[in-house]
Amino acid sequence: MIDPNLFQLICFYVFSTVTVLSALAVISLRNSVHAVLALVLTFFSTACIWMLAEAEFLAIALIVVYVGAVMVLFLFVVMMLDIDQERLREGFVRFLPVGLVVAVVMLVEMLGLIGVRVMHAQTLGANPAGASNTAWLGKALYTQYLLPFEIAALILTVGVVAAVALTLRERTGVKRQQASQQVQVNPRDRVRVVKMAAEHPADAAPAQEPKP
Amino acid sequence: MITLSHFIVLGAILFCIAVAGLFINRKNVIVLLMAIELMLLAVNINFVAFSRFGHDVAGQVFVFFILTVAAAESAIGLAILVLLFRNRSTVNVAEIDSMKG
Repeated sequence: MIDPNLFQLICFYVFSTVTVLSALAVISLRNSVHAVLALVLTFFSTACIWMLAEAEFLAIALIVVYVGAVMVLFLFVVMMLDIDQERLREGFVRFLPVGLVVAVVMLVEMLGLIGVRVMHAQTLGANPAGASNTAWLGKALYTQYLLPFEIAALILTVGVVAAVALTLRERTGVKRQQASQQVQVNPRDRVRVVKMAAEHPADAAPAQEPKP
Repeated sequence: MITLSHFIVLGAILFCIAVAGLFINRKNVIVLLMAIELMLLAVNINFVAFSRFGHDVAGQVFVFFILTVAAAESAIGLAILVLLFRNRSTVNVAEIDSMKG
């Protein structure tokens, strides 16, 4: 029987390998649609890693909200735009050494800062959330962090309004219904009742004859 | 046994990949936006790990808020991108220089 801790570690290495490889694919793939799909894979395997850290609510939220909504929005936009892929790749080889050098230097600095050996003592202890991660998070969110939570809701509303306001376009030369003008219309502007004397067939008959 | 350093090293690697992505894809706005998403993800991994190992709920609450703000940010960013493509017919950063910055 395999040791649960060892199994957890193997799972962590598998998920983090998938995460890193798909993140590399995001920045190096030629086709933008493929890059978005690689980003979806990155998010998905990160959600698995959060599951290993027993942050279940955030893992599910990452998949439902991020993969389900934001990434689909990305896909829609990428497929909607008709992009000339080749011209966007012009600087790829030229900037590759600079990017690699910066990334490697940053990584070495960060790893030195983290001090991999020092924190090996910190192992996964008892789960602070107890039985339910969602209840733990929800209690904090609706008591201590209530105001930031409502501000977050406001930010989302502002985001929606801003996104619609930015992309709204007034088309010229299109006929469409305008309800406010329809309501404001006065019946007297449309139909005029004209008072006139009644006509007698005897008088009208000669007028219908064709004139010579 | 998974330790705290496992999570932090993973976060650092993801962040560096995102920075490299910003450097080598300097022309394509869409890939730049995706690199920013990757950076936020790396930071979120650190937050979750510290919350779990430090026994503090604040880290996970912050991840929640970061997800919210990132969703709003990418929605507005994509709206600007669509507007830009409609007006200039390009997503090349090098050609978007009308403000002479």
